[in-house]
This record gives sequence, C-alpha cells and structure tokens, in this order.
Amino acid sequence: MKSPEFAYVRAESLDQALRALADVEDAIVLAGGQSLVAALNLRLQMPELVVDINHIPGLDLIEIEGGEVRIGALVRHAQLMSSAPATKALPLVGKALPHVAHPAIRNRGTTCGSLAYGDPAAEMPACAVALGATLVLASADGTREVPAREFYAGLYETRRASHEILVEARFPVAPEGASAVFEEVALRRGDFATLGLAGQVHVDRGVVAAFDLVAFGSEPAPLLLDKVADIALGRTPDAGLIADLAQAVAGEVQPMDSPLATVAMRRRQYRALAERGLHASMEFADV
Amino acid sequence: MSDDTIRFTLNGRDVMVPATTRGHLGDLLRHEFGETGTHIGCEHGVCGACNVVMNGVVVRSCLTLAVQVAGAEIETIEHLGNDRDVAALQDAFVARNAFQCGYCTPGMIMTARELLNGNTTPCREEIRDAISGNLCRCTGYQAIVEAISDAAESLRETPSE
Repeated sequence: MKSPEFAYVRAESLDQALRALADVEDAIVLAGGQSLVAALNLRLQMPELVVDINHIPGLDLIEIEGGEVRIGALVRHAQLMSSAPATKALPLVGKALPHVAHPAIRNRGTTCGSLAYGDPAAEMPACAVALGATLVLASADGTREVPAREFYAGLYETRRASHEILVEARFPVAPEGASAVFEEVALRRGDFATLGLAGQVHVDRGVVAAFDLVAFGSEPAPLLLDKVADIALGRTPDAGLIADLAQAVAGEVQPMDSPLATVAMRRRQYRALAERGLHASMEFADV
Repeated sequence: MSDDTIRFTLNGRDVMVPATTRGHLGDLLRHEFGETGTHIGCEHGVCGACNVVMNGVVVRSCLTLAVQVAGAEIETIEHLGNDRDVAALQDAFVARNAFQCGYCTPGMIMTARELLNGNTTPCREEIRDAISGNLCRCTGYQAIVEAISDAAESLRETPSE
C-alpha cells in the first residue's frame, strides 16, 4: 500500500523540529523510519505533518563518560553494534542487537527510535528497562528525564508526549563481572519476537548481588520480573536455584492471548528460555 | 518542503525531481527513472526485494520517503554490473541456479554484497543470518546460500586488481 498525504519538514536544528511539533498537534517524528514508514504505508498512521530529524547535527553520537553510555537520537542500530566500547560497556545491548531485525533495517533504524516507538516485540525497550536506563525527552518547553522503568505504559504507549523528541538514552555501564542474559523466540533471526528475556545478572563472591530480568514480546510492555529477583538476590547459584527461578519466571509473566501460542505454551517457553539463559550467564560468573 | 524539487545522486549522476511527500524511494526509482531492477514486494520492510544502497549502506527503499533522499547518494542494482563482488555473485547465482522467478534476486545480491564486503569467509549460518531479511517466495534458499558461499570462495581465490 502507499502512504497517505502528509506535510513534510526536514528540520535543520533541534529547535526547528521542536517548534514544528509544538505547532501542529498531529505531527510525528521521523528518525530511522523503519517502523514509522511501514506504518505510514499500511496507513496505520495518518499524520498531518512528518518532522524529519535526520539532518539535525549532533544527535548521532555515542559517548561513554561518568559511568554512562549516552546514545543520541540518530545513532543507528548498526552504528551501536559496531561500537566496541559501547557493546563492551553494555554487554546486554551487544547481545541483543543482532536480534534487532535485519542488516538493512539496522543500517537505518535508530536505537532511540525503537525506544520511543514502544513496540512490545522490540528488544531495545526490554534492555533499557532491564538496565535501568534514563530517557531524555526534549520539547519546546525544555528537557525532562524519565526512567525507562516508568516510560512504558502499554502497547505502543509511552510517557512521551506527541510534541516531545527522545533526544538521548543513557545506559549505566555494566559493573565488572556482570553478565548478560538474552534469549528470544522468533520464527527466524530478526523477525518479531513472540517472547523473550533480557537481563543482567551479577554474581559477586559466590552470591547473586544484582538480578534484573525483563520479559518482553508476549507482554503489552517490557515487564521487570521483581518476584524472580527477590528469589535470586543473596543466593548462591546452582542448578536448583536456576530451576526455581525459571519456574518463577513462568509464574510471573502475563502473556497476552495470541493465535500463535496459548498462554500455557508461552509459560513453558519462558521456563525453557530462563533455564537456558540463566545457566549460560551464571556458569561464566565467578562462583 | 513539499512543493520544491529535490536533487540527489543516482548511480553516479546528479538528478533532480519534483518532491512529492507521498511515495517512497522505490517508487521514485521505478516511476521517475525507469530503474526497474529495484523490485517492490511488501512495501513494509519485510521482504528485502527493494534494497538499494543509500550513502554507502544497504537500506529498504520502501521504508525511505522519496523526499528524504535530497542530497543523498543512491545506487541501484543497475549500477553495479561492473562491481567485482556483484559479478562474482551473479556468476555463482547462475551456476547454482539460485533463482526461480528471480523477483528477490536484486535484493539478495545487494544484501550478499554488503555481507561479503565485511566478511570474506562467511559460514553458512552467517549467510543465512545476513539474508534473514530477504524473502524468497519460491523458497530456493539452499541454492542462494550455496551461491553466496561459492561467490565468497571465488573472490578469495581471485586477488583483486
């Protein structure tokens, strides 16, 4: 299908983009466009104005300082994936990125765009919630910061107002010794995940010191598994603990009804993914 | 803006077209320039038949608005006939009979070329991963994977001049 008619503005500065968004109520932000242009072509979105931010200088930077990795609004998935310092500082993001769509999509799609779009099957929002990232939202009125853990409200629903641009995501650098958990179920590599787990586990001197695990794909929004973390923290990893945690994951998720899989089947898939992912991440930890 | 013209570089020459906001790059290439090697399949980014090179990297032309290419450098399959990697891929696709209807082939070649640029010794799994965003509805994937692997091998054996 072809997109509907809309007005288009190529913003040359952040101010110009923010003013355009403030002036037109039914305006949308175009960064990589890998979800948005598809939605336009399918007429799932029929905006009055498209504000193209691709030519705003200074938004394509990856900076690592003060214990944070700062990812600008125009950093493409492929750019982040090929940044060795960034994927070393954020092993979970490095592990998840190869699962984000396909090379041609990653060449164009932006990490912040994926965070702002809030697709339930997307990997980056799950990573942001698991790692406790901070999202920086700019508007004509100023800038505010929202924790990723408070950002996602439901299916494609976020705390971003339509006149705001997600200009930067700040991810805390993983502590020494922390390891990433990433597993998903998809029909083929790069396809939309029907369900998945993204997390970071830190085993320090034989006990679980930090445990942040998120379920995504089957839920309306990334779900931080607090009850599973409560079981894990302070314990010594062994096969029995991992079995208990996997069972707890299956119990805490709330999979949406889907023609692809029953809720019971999805819980079983979660249990299997959790077993696999936690074994892999804890075996390499210093236990 | 909507009623202006846009200029960009298409296959090495400067071109100018009226900018219409409705419409994507794939349609622009086919309708305005007759570059019909770029195939339009799904128009929502899933099939990969419309892959072109934009500013040096492979992108979906159906997910790029026509107006967005102002100032950009676009290359289509028509321009790559003399490219060493593409020539090797074409030979290997013919030798392996790696197409039935051929609709997916230009997109496959674009993707495979980018893969071979970054990885001269891809294993079968890496090839499958690289073309995971390109659909072949004739489901001739086995021959396509073999052809890409053969092309990589012949490129390794023939030193570039």
